[in-house]
Amino acid sequence: MAETIIKIDNVSKSFGGKTVLENINLEVKKGEFVTFLGPSGSGKSTMLRLIAGFLTPDEGTISMNGNDITKVPPFQRKLNTVFQHYALFPHLDVYDNVAFGLKLQNLPKQEIEQRVSKVLKMVSMTDYEDRDVTSLSGGQQQRIAIARAIINQPEVLLLDEPLAALDLKMRKDMQIELKEMHKKLGTTFIYVTHDQEEALTLSDTIVVINEGKIQQIGTPTDIYNEPCNSFVADFIGESNILNGTMIEDRKVSFIGHEFPCVDEGFGENVPVDVVIRPEDIYMTHKLEAAQFTGVVKSCVFKGVHYEMFVDSDFGHELMIQDYNAFEIGSTVGMLIKPSDIQVMKKERTCNTFEGVMVGSNQVEMIGAKFDCEDTGLAAGDKVRVEVDFDKIELLDNKEDGSQTGQVSFILYKGDHYHLTISTREGDKLYVDTNDIWDKWDIVGISIKPADMRIVKA
Amino acid sequence: MKKLLAQAYLWLLLILLYAPIIIIAIFSFTESKVLGNWTGFSTRLYQNLFSGGVNNSLISAIENTIFIAIVAATLSTMLGSVAAIGIHNMHGKNKKVISFLNDIPMLNPDIITGISLFILFVALGISQGYITVILAHITFCTPYVVLSVLPRLKQMNPNEYEAALDLGATPFQALRKVIMPEIKGGMISGWILSFTLSIDDFAVTLFTKGNEGLETLSTYIYADARKGGLTPELRALMTIIFVTVLVLLIIINVRTAKAQKKQAK
Repeated sequence: MAETIIKIDNVSKSFGGKTVLENINLEVKKGEFVTFLGPSGSGKSTMLRLIAGFLTPDEGTISMNGNDITKVPPFQRKLNTVFQHYALFPHLDVYDNVAFGLKLQNLPKQEIEQRVSKVLKMVSMTDYEDRDVTSLSGGQQQRIAIARAIINQPEVLLLDEPLAALDLKMRKDMQIELKEMHKKLGTTFIYVTHDQEEALTLSDTIVVINEGKIQQIGTPTDIYNEPCNSFVADFIGESNILNGTMIEDRKVSFIGHEFPCVDEGFGENVPVDVVIRPEDIYMTHKLEAAQFTGVVKSCVFKGVHYEMFVDSDFGHELMIQDYNAFEIGSTVGMLIKPSDIQVMKKERTCNTFEGVMVGSNQVEMIGAKFDCEDTGLAAGDKVRVEVDFDKIELLDNKEDGSQTGQVSFILYKGDHYHLTISTREGDKLYVDTNDIWDKWDIVGISIKPADMRIVKA
Repeated sequence: MKKLLAQAYLWLLLILLYAPIIIIAIFSFTESKVLGNWTGFSTRLYQNLFSGGVNNSLISAIENTIFIAIVAATLSTMLGSVAAIGIHNMHGKNKKVISFLNDIPMLNPDIITGISLFILFVALGISQGYITVILAHITFCTPYVVLSVLPRLKQMNPNEYEAALDLGATPFQALRKVIMPEIKGGMISGWILSFTLSIDDFAVTLFTKGNEGLETLSTYIYADARKGGLTPELRALMTIIFVTVLVLLIIINVRTAKAQKKQAK
């Protein structure tokens, strides 16, 4: 196993009271192509900027080759960055941009010239030395930005969404070139992107980040085939995410049927999340050979395969990809192989809030006061409040709720939506609903007194 | 008809605005002692001005004015540019407060700036002369430099400074090699503006020049006019100053227009 080059230990970072990264631990091996993958605002760029040295962590340490570099300024770190919007120096021409780092080291002119022409050749930009950088196209500017970063022969190259501003065709070409460059240079690449396909194509290791926490670390195949939670399953590729129950080892029930699977060690009758990739459900006209049946609701040709939505016999909607088209309205049988069923432990089975009693029948939690049934507790008592996912009501009119929140994550679970609602104070509520909400909708939050289980903490 | 009226109105306004200057310029080409008497075309006033035909105190006033303007403009440009970089990197409320504080000296009437500086210098026991006039000019020039440098900083890609650090530049090297070239245009505009403001100033200078005999052009002309009529050579001098300021202003405007065009591209 290659040695560790970058080590991140218990790093946390917050901006103006808002936690952006929480207790991050990560090791990057020498020569690896590591991708930080996450939606915008997940904290992935902050992590890169901490490694580059443009930010210092509130807590924790970052080390490189075993030396603590947490407090080392960026110009003394042996790593270089390719910025999202290139950040070329507009007052300098291509040559002077690329030579910037070498000139600072006061190297002999001849050596600088040789090295500049070598890296320009690497990024296929020979003969552009005298051009004004502002006259170059986006793709060409990106190449110059890469040349400028690799000319210093950094031990680690950081790339902050370097291809985000390019068009699709150019992006695909550059992906291949980056991969080749990584092989040729042998440098460690740390790449930040929100594009899951890009991450799967390029990386040796993917680090999935959401809401300031590492969700999963693994190879592209691991992450795709064995997502560890419903966020990762939803974010990477298409998937059917369903509520299920682990009946016993190697036996799981979901969408009203029992299926054999390969997972063990969850315990008996434990609620779980089940992930089935759409290409892993096999469709057949032979109903008697099938594990369950359903009716085809829609069928769309996607180039290589057909994408179909099927309502199963107990009313769950499933997305299925198949090379054959099945007629809309026809009844089909379906089969799932035990190894294609990915079972995940549920992160939570109900909402749990910390609260303080205001009176015997009112509790303050998630930044607002809620009426509750008479608890017999005194004002000021600290309590823990549990509310089931389907007992939180979301209201169109935010004034009607006790508190307001914003829909920050939507997960379709076959027959209902599982929403994450974030309040302005940063509290999170998880809600099961049949109503359709859009991401970033502002909603009123209301909970019936009878639906709160209050326990003295 | 409507268009004609609008045109006429515009020209009338322009004539009213520029008439005094034009009259001075016209009468700088005649020898008459009294303004308003045309005694035939002559460049004698200009000749006198350059051949030492005027008294020494006028020459030294011109020298003082230019010296003070160059020093004040240069120091204000340095101070204002650094301040602009600082303000640019501030966030939220602090940025608003400091920007607001920067605007006040520009809106403050000169006479108040002059008197308050006078009181300050007296209170601190600083003897008034060159130094106090230069300090005073820096105080009212710096905010203009800040205002002409700030837009250039806003145009910069915020990652450029970081890119320089990333490539091994110390913060000072990054300032010199990356930020300075980017804001150079704003600094030059700021310097020219400060230079013209300094030459032009009367009220603040009057209160801070002390009584050791230091005169700048504006204070000299004021004193001269009160003594008994304007020295005729001043008409030529004023014309030269007007043309110089006009040229400088045109340079600033062309530069700003160019910068905007570049940004639009």
